[in-house]
Amino acid sequence: MATACIAAKGVTKWFGEGEARTVAVRDVSFEVYLGEMLYIVGPSGSGKTTLLSMISGILRPNEGVVDVEGTNLWSLDNDHIADFRLNKIGFVFQDYHLFPRLTTAENVAIPLILKRRSWKDAVDEALKYLGIVGLANRATLPPVKLSGGEQQRVAIARAMISQPDILILDEPTASLDGDTGRSIVSFLHDQILTEHRAIVIVTHDARIYEFASRILNMEDGHVTGITAGAALAK
Amino acid sequence: MKGIFSLAYKLLVNDRAKFAALLVGITFAVFLMIQMTSMFLGVLLRASSTVLNVGASIWVMDPAVNTVANSLGMPDYVADFARSIDGVKFSVALYSGGALVKLPDGTLQPVNVIGLDDTSLFGRPKLEKGNIEDIFADNGFIVVHDAEFGKLNNPSIGTEFELNDRRAVIVGVAAVASSGLFGIPTLYTTYTRAVQYIPSTRFTTAYILIEPKSSRDIAHIKAEIAKLGYIALTRDEFIHRISHYYTFQTGLGTNILIMTVIAFIVGLSISGQTFYTFILENLEKFGALKAIGAKNSELVWMILFQSALVSATGFGLGIGLCIILIFIARIRLPDYAALITSGNLSLAFAMVIVIAAISSYIGVRRVLQIEPFDIFRG
Repeated sequence: MATACIAAKGVTKWFGEGEARTVAVRDVSFEVYLGEMLYIVGPSGSGKTTLLSMISGILRPNEGVVDVEGTNLWSLDNDHIADFRLNKIGFVFQDYHLFPRLTTAENVAIPLILKRRSWKDAVDEALKYLGIVGLANRATLPPVKLSGGEQQRVAIARAMISQPDILILDEPTASLDGDTGRSIVSFLHDQILTEHRAIVIVTHDARIYEFASRILNMEDGHVTGITAGAALAK
Repeated sequence: MKGIFSLAYKLLVNDRAKFAALLVGITFAVFLMIQMTSMFLGVLLRASSTVLNVGASIWVMDPAVNTVANSLGMPDYVADFARSIDGVKFSVALYSGGALVKLPDGTLQPVNVIGLDDTSLFGRPKLEKGNIEDIFADNGFIVVHDAEFGKLNNPSIGTEFELNDRRAVIVGVAAVASSGLFGIPTLYTTYTRAVQYIPSTRFTTAYILIEPKSSRDIAHIKAEIAKLGYIALTRDEFIHRISHYYTFQTGLGTNILIMTVIAFIVGLSISGQTFYTFILENLEKFGALKAIGAKNSELVWMILFQSALVSATGFGLGIGLCIILIFIARIRLPDYAALITSGNLSLAFAMVIVIAAISSYIGVRRVLQIEPFDIFRG
């Protein structure tokens, strides 16, 4: 049986108070297993990003527990939660959030710099990861000189460099054309996903569903169902 | 932390436009603050030039005297009384007054004349040319080789001119520690000759210079002089009195203070606004760093480092600019009064720290407020 690296139990999140209160996620429970590619899908406003934020240590739930290796993540103090994000999670943001004043290699090196590695060591390591995503020849360019697909790969390299257990991608294909988006997810599935790593993707792009191990469907803050993806079926 | 500081450095310096704007703001503020205060200190130094150049330990004067230039004559018995006080090693009279020199081309040039005690010549300047004994020669005067020297057509030993319609001869050229404030040349002669050449009121002694036997005697000497209705001030006290007068009774200090405060506000406005804009533009990036795993304390250190770097660089550039300006000004205006001291550097540094602290505080507040979730939501 696969190992659950994160287990969400009854997590609920609302914003605002009183009449202005809006419940974004209601009583959601699920696990993320190592070796799987879990998709969280649903219409806009269904609570996908909120749910993703709560299991990755970014947004504190109002109710419920997020278990990481037997510890409730949200019982930790802010510095330990930051350490959790740095060591266990690799983020690929929808807008990438690359630093335009740094080179591509320096962008990738950031998590290692936050882990107190020396600048040179971190950048040297970043070159290896740029090689993995096929951008070794772009190391000294600023991100603005790269195409959207290349920037996405840089963001993936940055997410991978600290060797996290879980890679989290928010709408990874939203800014890409169909072919590029598909090739990125294919690359993630074939090259990045291992039995020691899980990938969680928030998306509404049905063209990439074929790579999912499981698909968690959300609507109005509820999980309406978890289905086996095409990849698992294969 | 070195890597995090490197990251902060690159984020700041690679944004060249913002970095330049920040540097210009701080540099300009430091330049103005140092320039204003150095001019003020230069004026104060010049105002006390006679006190510094003569070098006496204690100066006796009328209580109404605020500056060297507006001395009031004291009767001779004050000098006699001063000599008789216990603890006085020696005591001499000093003359200080103004006269008109008629140059060979017929132009009239005001000068300041210092009359030294005939016996001791106490307070005599260091000579560059000539012998001090020649001051006793007929019509002998020593000219001070300072910034105003050229106004007497660069006289040399043997140069003659008319001083208050009487013949005067240059017998020596002297160097002094500080030039005067009012831009007029200075001549030294004996007390007796000064009184002869310059029309005076009934009392001719401008100051009585006292050398105490020891510093322990100063208080007693002051008390004794006070019994006659006059005051005895140490050299530092007299300089302080002159500085106090120019600072608080002439408006000079207030105006310089206002200019310094304006420089501070301008620097704070430019730097604070630019740094805040820099933080705002990078807010998402700071949020992304937080999401990736940076702790609040690390982000605070990054901002403090950036602020400190800009402030230190701007402070250095501001000082450099000020020194260059003073250097260039002195090429064209040899008597340009400006003095950079540890005091005004410290003041400017303190103000830069305040600017950096306020700018950092604004930036830190915004960065601490940003939530990584805001980055996720886009």
